[in-house]
Amino acid sequence: MRTLMLWCPDWPVTAAGLAEGVDTHAPVAVLHANRVLACSPTARAEGVRRGLRKREAQGRCPHLVVVGHDPGRDARAYEPVVAAVEELTPGVEVIRPGVCAVAARGPVGFYGGEEQAAERLVEHIALQCGVEAQAGIADGTFAALLAARSGQLVPTGATAEFLAGMDVSTLDRPELVDLLRRLGIRTLGDFATLPAGDVLARFGFDAAYAHRLATGRDDRPLAVRTPPPDLVATGEYDPPLERVDMAAFAARALADRLHERLAAHGLAATRLGIEAHTAAGEELHRVWRHDGLLDATALADRVRWQLDGWLTGGGTSATLASRALGSVRARASSGVFRGRLPTRPTAGIDQLRLVPDGLVRCAGMQPGLWGELGEADVRAHRALHRVQGLLGAESIFTGVLGGGRGYAERARLIPWGDERKAVGADQPWPGSLPAPAPATVLTDPTPVTVGTADGSLLTVDERMALSGPPATVVVGRGSGQGGLAGTAMTVTGWAGPWPVDERWWAPDEANRSVRLQLGVDGGCALLIAGRDDTWWLEAIYD
Amino acid sequence: MRAAGLVRRASERVDEGVEQSLPVVAALRPLLPGGCLRRGSTITINANAPGVSAGGGATSLLFAVLAEASAAGSWCAVVGLPQLGLVAAAEAGVAVQRLALVPRPGPDWVDAVGALLDGLDIIAVGTAGGGVAPGLASRIVARVRQRGAVLVAVGPWPGADVALRITGATWHGLGEGVGRLRRREVEVVVTGRGAAARARRARLWLPGQSGVPAPMAPAVTPLTIDRYHAQPERWAS
Repeated sequence: MRTLMLWCPDWPVTAAGLAEGVDTHAPVAVLHANRVLACSPTARAEGVRRGLRKREAQGRCPHLVVVGHDPGRDARAYEPVVAAVEELTPGVEVIRPGVCAVAARGPVGFYGGEEQAAERLVEHIALQCGVEAQAGIADGTFAALLAARSGQLVPTGATAEFLAGMDVSTLDRPELVDLLRRLGIRTLGDFATLPAGDVLARFGFDAAYAHRLATGRDDRPLAVRTPPPDLVATGEYDPPLERVDMAAFAARALADRLHERLAAHGLAATRLGIEAHTAAGEELHRVWRHDGLLDATALADRVRWQLDGWLTGGGTSATLASRALGSVRARASSGVFRGRLPTRPTAGIDQLRLVPDGLVRCAGMQPGLWGELGEADVRAHRALHRVQGLLGAESIFTGVLGGGRGYAERARLIPWGDERKAVGADQPWPGSLPAPAPATVLTDPTPVTVGTADGSLLTVDERMALSGPPATVVVGRGSGQGGLAGTAMTVTGWAGPWPVDERWWAPDEANRSVRLQLGVDGGCALLIAGRDDTWWLEAIYD
Repeated sequence: MRAAGLVRRASERVDEGVEQSLPVVAALRPLLPGGCLRRGSTITINANAPGVSAGGGATSLLFAVLAEASAAGSWCAVVGLPQLGLVAAAEAGVAVQRLALVPRPGPDWVDAVGALLDGLDIIAVGTAGGGVAPGLASRIVARVRQRGAVLVAVGPWPGADVALRITGATWHGLGEGVGRLRRREVEVVVTGRGAAARARRARLWLPGQSGVPAPMAPAVTPLTIDRYHAQPERWAS
């Protein structure tokens, strides 16, 4: 079978250059197990060869740049090359990173000749990936690879002749080659003249296969790869979508399409990237995570929530942003939001893209047998989804208890459907208070005035000594003081102060404070924190 | 065969298997009719410690009501209480991974509660901000009965089946600059309709030593295990 082979010389070196920015024009060697695996042409000119020890190679070329071998890097860097070849011709077999083969018939017929096809492919790879490649055509993969190394196009039927002059070492079977050499067989031509039956009887199956290769009768078909399916669902809208309900309607259809496409491949997405482009060129991108699998309705809901905040601008997005500032910030820092949080777009949306991510094999949802996700949980999940659909994405939460010194930072609220991940729960937090915890934790700490018995304001000095026993507390007027505002209370018992010294190494985030438990008349107890000469009501032991 | 009577035919209705009640912590069992949370019932929780409107223990009592059922696998939701201390909830025994929070439901809170009633077992609603109109309340209560959920109102609620009211609370463990808050002794009075019509009163530790609500034997004087404990006060009422 006529095979067109594309070979990128010294691929491990090229891959290191692409992935790690190594200058491939300088002498570079890629080492594996202390032996040179590949080297750049400059290094080769200095006498570095494959298989040399590191020290020997450095002896021959003192300014040799040494790079470790990484098969993953080679394969990753080769992927764009394969994609470039696939743009021109289907049915590519990747022999190994750096070498790929295509059946010659298609491109040769299309481009009007073997030379033209080879030239076109090499040129396309150079343009698309900036990588040098050589092409070779011969009958069979083995001969085509040898032809590619020397950049030859072997005419049809002349493969045996082409191979006859090659050294037996090209068979890449060291034991057999050694044996053949000792028998006085030095070229493939010599090997090919041996009767096939005798080779099989004397040297075994592998040698018989090598014999077939040497005679140019390599008739193994190419094991072509299936290009990864394009799962992204894109919708173009003309006229552009101006209102949320229009966008939601469009998103619903798009989500259905994506879901169908995923189902056809037997896949399900655990993350969904939603990209919206406006006619004015603005772009909103966000990745939605989900701990279960996203179905069409869930997909459509997320598109609606995302666009709701953006298109309506002002009210909804502002409240959304202020409510979920913590989570928004966390997402922004992890790079989920591209750029800053967008304000209202200046034009309607003309393109929506749904990019599924985190794909898993969808084996169908099956209720757990022993209550992993029983009927009650499914029912509850459905109800929570309903509420989320009613009130918006950042309206319903579940809590995750992590580590921290304050009660507000120990409990994080995760929007329903997002990944629940506890942070730092297993670490020591010096300065955190033991159980029992306060049942009411103020979302916005309220300033309080704490007075001592002689009427002066309570202060704490550097040695953690209070200026006097606290005697009265007056809670200031704030948004979340739980009905205590303005009442003067008498302190019946108190404990502390307990210091908290957080993030002293980062001046902007540093928090140095002291905390006090106060028991007040009426059987109520408060947790207050002193920071910069002000006392704040943090929590109520409700 | 003794076991034969226990095996039910597949054709029998599965409804019988659904519990008609939800479990509740031991400390609250003497207070509630039947010693459990009846499905379809409405409970109010209020605290009026003398002189102060907050800090009376209503939130802790809410956690105590939720704790046992939540730990046993029920899903709970809390609507309209934005300042919930989840650490305290976890200490009281509430499974926070099954506790859904809607801190600011906004004007659509009735729809949200309705949707939650369809799938969850216990829904707690904070109504302290303003009263609920009787007509609206009866609509929600009808839905609670129909879905077999339990509605817990923190604050006033017209026509509740069981009304829990904390009438007094004292913290133990706090001295004059020594010790720390250890546990709280509260007195709860129950009134209500039907089986709960006769008012009852009980004392309990809320929270107890490790955050868990614990019953208090009436004859036993409170323990003074550590030297920082203030001398417990007798109730003046």
